[in-house]
Amino acid sequence: MNTQVNIAGVSLKNPVMTGSGTFGSGMEYSEFVDLSRLGAVVTKGVANVPWPGNPTPRVAEVYGGMLNAIGLQNPGIDVFVQRDIPFLKQYNTKIIVNVCGKTVEDYLEVVEKLGEESAVAMLEINVSCPNVKEGAIAFGQKADALYNITEQIRKKARQPIIMKLSPNVTDITEMAIAAEAAGADALSLINTLTGMKIDIHRRCFALANKTGGMSGPAIKPVAVRMVYQAAHAVKIPVIGMGGIATAEDAIEFILAGATAVSVGAMNFVDPYTTIKVIEGIEEYMRAYHVENVTDLIGAVV
Amino acid sequence: MKEKTTAKVLSQREIAPRIYDLWLETDLAVQAKPGQFIGVYPKNAATLLPRPISICEVNGERTALRIVYRVAGQGTAEFSALKENDSIDILGTLGNGFPLEAGRGKRCFLMGGGIGVPPILQLAKELEGDKSLIMGYRDGNLFLTEDFEKYGRVYVATEDGSRGTKGNVLDAIEENGLQADVIYACGPMPMLRALKEYARRHGIKAYISLEEHMACGVGACLGCVVKTKEVDHHSHVHNARICTDGPVFDAEEVDI
Repeated sequence: MNTQVNIAGVSLKNPVMTGSGTFGSGMEYSEFVDLSRLGAVVTKGVANVPWPGNPTPRVAEVYGGMLNAIGLQNPGIDVFVQRDIPFLKQYNTKIIVNVCGKTVEDYLEVVEKLGEESAVAMLEINVSCPNVKEGAIAFGQKADALYNITEQIRKKARQPIIMKLSPNVTDITEMAIAAEAAGADALSLINTLTGMKIDIHRRCFALANKTGGMSGPAIKPVAVRMVYQAAHAVKIPVIGMGGIATAEDAIEFILAGATAVSVGAMNFVDPYTTIKVIEGIEEYMRAYHVENVTDLIGAVV
Repeated sequence: MKEKTTAKVLSQREIAPRIYDLWLETDLAVQAKPGQFIGVYPKNAATLLPRPISICEVNGERTALRIVYRVAGQGTAEFSALKENDSIDILGTLGNGFPLEAGRGKRCFLMGGGIGVPPILQLAKELEGDKSLIMGYRDGNLFLTEDFEKYGRVYVATEDGSRGTKGNVLDAIEENGLQADVIYACGPMPMLRALKEYARRHGIKAYISLEEHMACGVGACLGCVVKTKEVDHHSHVHNARICTDGPVFDAEEVDI
């Protein structure tokens, strides 16, 4: 049985990775999970300088999921390179660093610094965070802006780049095609769906930011649909995510066309979710006599 | 070592209106420290996130944890129906806990307000010092006061004046002429702000336990932050994580 998958020339021991922003840089969850068992760790977004993020409350539970408006609090690339990369290097897993910025120049500064880090296998470019006013999603909701930033990052990046797409668009295939045309090596989707919750007793918004990104099992059907559409619109590999709680969920994404999958919000619910998904995929492969996990990719058309 | 595990319900009863007293048999009791909390998981898959609830007490054999919580929403409403021998998933133990050394051999105020009262009980059991236990309640529906009497002098304040001092915990300090070298407290934000100011005026240390909406409970999601005077060690901004850097902070260090 072979669970290996390949994304832009990077071989992963299995198709299960972590959703950016739900796993830090792995330190907190290393107490629960052997990070070496993961296909890859995708870090929380890192910018060129430290970002303080949004005021609290930053999180709220909703039916079958949650809203967050963290606002990409992060220590900036310099601390990240000194602390988080050496930590992750101790493990036998692939390191994928999620990059965020307010301007194209911010992104390029981070991408260039990460170019010096040979331990970093790939970069995931966050052009889809709904919770910061400048940058991020502004690059991910218009095809020409996405094309432009992807092209500029591709020129500077030493590693393969994964463009992380927003579901908050009219046509996901238009965005997928623009990113591919500009040189993206892979796509990941979906980021969170913009949502809102109102506390009817206090008559106020549940989040200080008013809106937040929705994640969790409730968004999975939307995510599967978008992964299917994107995967059929482009030739580059797609990493699928959105509400994955079980191996069955992960397999659904793979059958829809995902080469790999990420476990996101469910890490908060069960810190062992990633391992359970990995083991469950293996059980499924045994039960259905699947020799290579890659045989499942896009097998439902 | 943090762990998600299944606990067995030993007993549960309502000890005041909507306030429940739940004993859970769990290995996590071995490592529990006063001021730490656990995440308690509803079974309903529509309510996914662990509910952060402070540890009220650990039994003598360290085989069981007591939590005392208020029914505030769907998750806690579900917990309130738990019966003896039911099982419930918990995550723990979480957070730093109260610094016991700071108060050893000193005059200490141990103060709880409302649903901030429960974590003070285990602190009262473990802290070795001269303890004034000062609890504030909304009305005469007191809870845990009899448990506290075993560990020090108990003073009560109620907002409606039906029991003890009329007013809040600071009114109780004044009315009883109490003095301390160190304060430990958990309660609503206005109480903690007032205690921070009281401690500053008297030049004494105050250790306060904060709460915030949480998702992961282990420091990964950055949902529950509090503004800090100094740059925090995680993100190098001024935002400490309440779940892991706290929930107990030196009052001087946080901007509340």
